[in-house]
Amino acid sequence: MSSDQTPPAARDVSTQEARMGDGADDRFNSTLREAFGSTPFILTKFDKFMNWVRGSSMFMLQFGIACCSIEMIHTYAIKHDLDRFGSGVPRASPRQADVIIVPGTIVSKFAPRMKRVYDQMPEPKFVVSMGSCTISGGPFQEGYNVIKGAEEVIPVDIHVPGCPPRPEALIYGVAKLQERIAEGESSPVTVKPYELEQFGDLEQDELVDKLASEIDEEDLVMRYNWNDSP
Amino acid sequence: MSLEKPSRDTALDVGVTEDGLDYDALADLLGGHILDREEHLNAEGFVIRPDEVQEVLSTLKEEAGFDHCACVTAQEYDDRYESIYHLRKYNDPTQELSIVVPSPKDNPHNESAARVYDTADWHEREAYDLVGIDYDDHPDLRRILLPETWQGHPLSQDYNQDQPQIVSLREHANPLEDDKRSEDDPDTMFVNIGPHHPATHGVLHVETVLDGEQIADLEPDIGYLHRCEEQMCQQGTYRHQIMPYPDRWDYISAGILNEWAYARAAEDLADIEVPEYAQVIRTMAAEMCRIASHELALATFALDVFGDFTAVFQYGIRDREIVQNLLEDLTGQRLMFNYLRLGGVAWDLPEPREEYFEKIRDFLDDLPHKLEEIHDLVTGNEIFQMRCVDTGVLSPEQVKQYGATGPVARGSGVDYDIRRDDPYGYYDELDWNVVTEQGGDNFSRVLVRLREVEESARIIEQCVDLLEQWPEDDREIQANVPRTLRPDPDKEIYRSVEGAKGELGIYIRSDGTDKPARFKIRSPCFSNLQTLPEMSQGEYIPDMIASLGSLDIVLGEVDR
Ligand code: SF4
Repeated sequence: MSSDQTPPAARDVSTQEARMGDGADDRFNSTLREAFGSTPFILTKFDKFMNWVRGSSMFMLQFGIACCSIEMIHTYAIKHDLDRFGSGVPRASPRQADVIIVPGTIVSKFAPRMKRVYDQMPEPKFVVSMGSCTISGGPFQEGYNVIKGAEEVIPVDIHVPGCPPRPEALIYGVAKLQERIAEGESSPVTVKPYELEQFGDLEQDELVDKLASEIDEEDLVMRYNWNDSP
Repeated sequence: MSLEKPSRDTALDVGVTEDGLDYDALADLLGGHILDREEHLNAEGFVIRPDEVQEVLSTLKEEAGFDHCACVTAQEYDDRYESIYHLRKYNDPTQELSIVVPSPKDNPHNESAARVYDTADWHEREAYDLVGIDYDDHPDLRRILLPETWQGHPLSQDYNQDQPQIVSLREHANPLEDDKRSEDDPDTMFVNIGPHHPATHGVLHVETVLDGEQIADLEPDIGYLHRCEEQMCQQGTYRHQIMPYPDRWDYISAGILNEWAYARAAEDLADIEVPEYAQVIRTMAAEMCRIASHELALATFALDVFGDFTAVFQYGIRDREIVQNLLEDLTGQRLMFNYLRLGGVAWDLPEPREEYFEKIRDFLDDLPHKLEEIHDLVTGNEIFQMRCVDTGVLSPEQVKQYGATGPVARGSGVDYDIRRDDPYGYYDELDWNVVTEQGGDNFSRVLVRLREVEESARIIEQCVDLLEQWPEDDREIQANVPRTLRPDPDKEIYRSVEGAKGELGIYIRSDGTDKPARFKIRSPCFSNLQTLPEMSQGEYIPDMIASLGSLDIVLGEVDR
């Protein structure tokens, strides 16, 4: 090979090397930087760059609800290892997370709490709904206590169907989300979700009158009109 | 032999004979309290007056040795409400008795049993919540699964599912704004743990009052995953529509164990014989599920105690993946197997069989080494021992009072395992041991699970041997079962199996149609969770988290 014949000291300094100069410490040299080579600058739109960054490093909220969370755990853990796709760091606090995977059935008692958790996440935030339960209520769709899908409570970016979806499917969903974030696409909100509102602001009707003695005016409540659900 | 029970206390053996319980002797004991006697498939039911519940139950508990109130089933008939107390004995669960308490339709109420059996506290709250029976003299009769402001009782006959509901967020006291529980007790602090919290294993909410760092008072608040499982099962037909739901009760891969609970109850109800070959496959698959479930219990427990996604957690998951692969080969699914059928299983072992057997054997061969690794990492770890030895202690008496079962009971030295004591499947033909530990602390419970993994492996190995030699022309996987099952009207049955977490029981009442009139699930986690306040009183808050982890609850099964 040629390197055997040319002693390093005598080698000409290539244009690339000259332009790059000593540059950063060797520790910071990356294949990416080398690939940029003689032009270690990139020219792009700021938004585009930010979207690319966002999609490439996503902090997930550590959030388990039901059966699907078991497969979600497997997605995080060895073998599937969501980390490899730049989106694996589970955060225990919603204030540090930018993606929430909703893995399971949402019931009436939990929906207000989930909305709270979602509200506590900083913008921009994204939602992956995992499993049939978060699409329509899944196998429990006819239950008296079950919310018919995550979209009834918070806006959703990606739906991953399955009961439960396999880890591979969830990874595909997350990868798709990353792609869309990088492209700067967003999902339209199509369902009017249930809101958390003060009890005093609810429209008066029989039910509100009945509960007036039990709930304070200022208490936050969620009102479910099952008849309007899909 | 290893499967024999230690001898029992004979003073409490009213009516115990060689071939089962003599109900007449028990009836004599209760004398005039009995209004009527009913035949249930698992036991006789004594009908008693609604205002004599405490008296009758204490007599049975003190004098006849019925120390286990397994379940309380409430239901509404056209002309009355009814609560059934399913009693059994910890040292022989085949000795069963149902106490049936009717109450009037217009104002359903009867005396509470919570003063006799502590476990009845939550069971009766659930009955009040879902069916609407009032229990007099109950210490704290509130809703337990549904939000406090819910209207109506969903399993009662005139419930309208379409009426709007309003749910408030107020249980969440703000700890910064008002961190004292009362004016005259300024040192205590009120802390909400959950329902979204990494250490609660799902969506449990624990209301905790702290005195310094110690727990002064604690109350688990459940119902954040109440998915109407009983309603779903009451809407499904016996033959096919119910079986997918059990997979979703204890969803930590314990699917087949749960399916078996339903299969056992329904098969006994409809008098179906399962072919032996299918029983062996069921036994093998069920034990695989138990291993998978205990592995995850260990993994998440390590998560709680060590605090992050560390090596132990990943080791647990690694081993689980292997079991899940085996189960997937068998059933076609990783988690929700839907593999058992009434009268058998869905299909035979995967072809080529030799390859499958080899895979299982490889897994079994590697297992001892892996367990050793885990013992080195976990149970031999000094920090782990400091966290777990002598914390969260539960005495055998408390276990029985709260109806705790499974590894929680066995960790406190209560030798109770349905697989041995009320055998089903192929368990009584195989050679294995029931594991118990005497400590009653968090450490013992972990140890019990780890040792049960070894026992499960032994069972699987014997099943593989059997299956390998099974003659080819005798591989019958499914009994003859009519397409539509219509058990005779008014048959009632309570049957249980040993799930991953303990006694998983099902009560079914038939009404002559192809759907159950009442389907009640006795979940082990529901009863086990009740012991948490006892275990953590006066302990430090991190020890409470460890205790919660060692209970190994699944909210899907607690709330159903
Ligand atoms: S979609 Fe299926 S697996 Fe997922 S939470 Fe719902 S029932 Fe469970």
